[in-house]
Amino acid sequence: MSSTTPAHDDAIHSESFLRSLMRRQLRLSIACAAMFFVALLGMPLLNYFAPALMATRIGGFTLSWLILGVLFFPFVWIISWAFIRRSIALEAEEVKSVSPDQR
Amino acid sequence: MTMSHLPLAFLNGVDPWIFAFSFVTVAVTLGMGFWSARKSKTASDFFVAGRSVSVGWNASAISGEYLSAASFMGVAGMVMSSGYDALWYPVCYACGYLFLLLFIAGPLRRFGAYTIPDFAEGRFDSPLFRKIAVCFVLFIGFFYTMPQMKGAGTTLAYIFPGMPYWGGVVLVGAVITINVALGGMKGITLVQAFQYWIKLFAISAPIFVLMAVFGFYNGQIGATATEQTPAALTAAITRKPLVEKAPKDEAWVAPFGPLTTKAVTAAAAALPVEQRAAFLDEHKRPYSLLYTYSLIIALVCGTAGLPHILVRFYTNPDGVAAKRTTMWVMILIGVFYVFPPVFGVLGRNLMPELYTGLTGIKGTDQVVLKLPTLLSAKFGVLGSILSGITCAGAFAAFMSTFSGLLVSMTGALAHDVYGRMLRPNARPAERLVAFKISAVLIGAVAMVLGCFVELLEINFMVGQAFAIAAASYFPLLFMSVWWRGMTMKGAATGMLTGGLCALAAAALTNFSTLALDKGPMGKVFAGFAPLNGFWAAHPLLRILCEQPAIWTVPLALTLMVVVSKATASNVPADIRMKMLVLHAPEQLGLKQEYIQEHTAGAGH
Repeated sequence: MSSTTPAHDDAIHSESFLRSLMRRQLRLSIACAAMFFVALLGMPLLNYFAPALMATRIGGFTLSWLILGVLFFPFVWIISWAFIRRSIALEAEEVKSVSPDQR
Repeated sequence: MTMSHLPLAFLNGVDPWIFAFSFVTVAVTLGMGFWSARKSKTASDFFVAGRSVSVGWNASAISGEYLSAASFMGVAGMVMSSGYDALWYPVCYACGYLFLLLFIAGPLRRFGAYTIPDFAEGRFDSPLFRKIAVCFVLFIGFFYTMPQMKGAGTTLAYIFPGMPYWGGVVLVGAVITINVALGGMKGITLVQAFQYWIKLFAISAPIFVLMAVFGFYNGQIGATATEQTPAALTAAITRKPLVEKAPKDEAWVAPFGPLTTKAVTAAAAALPVEQRAAFLDEHKRPYSLLYTYSLIIALVCGTAGLPHILVRFYTNPDGVAAKRTTMWVMILIGVFYVFPPVFGVLGRNLMPELYTGLTGIKGTDQVVLKLPTLLSAKFGVLGSILSGITCAGAFAAFMSTFSGLLVSMTGALAHDVYGRMLRPNARPAERLVAFKISAVLIGAVAMVLGCFVELLEINFMVGQAFAIAAASYFPLLFMSVWWRGMTMKGAATGMLTGGLCALAAAALTNFSTLALDKGPMGKVFAGFAPLNGFWAAHPLLRILCEQPAIWTVPLALTLMVVVSKATASNVPADIRMKMLVLHAPEQLGLKQEYIQEHTAGAGH
């Protein structure tokens, strides 16, 4: 990367802080994204390879319609709730790890 | 054109209830716009509402802006016309918002750039790149206003049976344009929030009444295969016979139905009869799967690149409030999206005559407006009242989204083109005048474009706007936030190539569709008619053109990486500081420090 020296020489501006910061945030985002991608990208595959199963009728709905038209929305809420909780906690930890009284 | 010789002739056949509800919605919207215009004085009030909006208001306002005519009318219309495959739209609209939350919203907010062009310039220290980014605010914006205009034309043609399609487009376009020019975004935050609740009420209340009378959601779907459904569920449901143009039940309720197999079916029709079955067997399902994935990519990635959605993240006081707001937005839009497909299902069983209108203003896109009138036979005026309520919701839908887009596009034109390129030293009063003139200019172009799209499905057009955003802004934002090796040249090459390919693909698809029209549009676009023969011979290319995201998004991402690697010496010198500002918690105050250093050092 570029060879500039940082203007400040403390924990906040260090390379290691930035790296751990980005890695932790990205890991959290990817973990949450993986959950919804498995569901979102898995649905067409299920429809493709198990059409009979997905056409099963449950109280009038086909299984496939019930999942996509109704159940998917609460599922998305759960993921976003988990993400927001974790990410607020993560920020609090990050602030704590570089605040002066911790060093 | 009865209007010209008899001024009030278009009022013939107007239902007073429907008219009253629609009129009140418009009047309240305008009233709120004027009221808040008196309260907002400075240019920054106009641009981001002074960042003084509470979580509840802001969540309602974001949801209000996000739920466009596509969500309110288009999803129902498309579920009715195409069945299961159309469900991907509401699901991906909601998932796309989650994707935005996971990867882009937080960093962008911390960076403090309040439009995508601001971010593009700040991240790469390049005013040139800013200009490139501004173009896409306009490209995506205009693509997204077209379906809103179709919604307006359809709704007005429904309320005023004598009114031509273009009359509704021009009337609604003019009203909103004036409102934005006078009120700016401060007005819009309140209006948008109010409009979310109108929309939720207008989509849910009538459908509950309809379901109570005609049978519930599950029973209505169950009626498509009575032999597999308990008789108790379908006993109360009487379906009208389907018309010839309607898709068959089994194709409609199952995945890989008419929407995703249209290209292959058209190709098979062009073959000799004896080859058709084999051709369909071989290609129908694989191509359909490809179509589905491309659609999912476009919608999920595209949400992250919608210019008028991102700007809302800056109207929260701090990062935690922004996150809370987002959680509420997920809930508010999720609740809403359960309802439009119900209209589509009931419409299929109870109002199949809409299939004969196909995609024009008399087609399935008006099912949300018209379905409640079925109650008139049994309950008299109740049908009109409920239909009036859904019309009010439709007004709220296309008015709020069109206003939001108009503010973003006007902001780009007034703030970037005028304020930065033409007259950098303009006084605040001059900037305000520029804002108003830009609003009128953009509103006028949107109205002209809107007049051309009567024959295209609302939801389909919104999907195209998402596809363009997915191939331009999404790669830009995603890569710039998470990869520090990105250079301006890499970003510009990827964004321009991906975005323009998607734009060209979407335009070609629309031109060839419009060329099929028997009326005046067919003549205007007659030059593109031979393209339809080409599509029939190459169904795969047709799918890749109709849903381009599956190749344009990877193309943009790859170009960004390759060109950035080749121009690695151009990575901004203070990239570590930029990345810190993007990712470090706001409490650490790095943003302030960064601004001070930047203004002291660079001096621009």
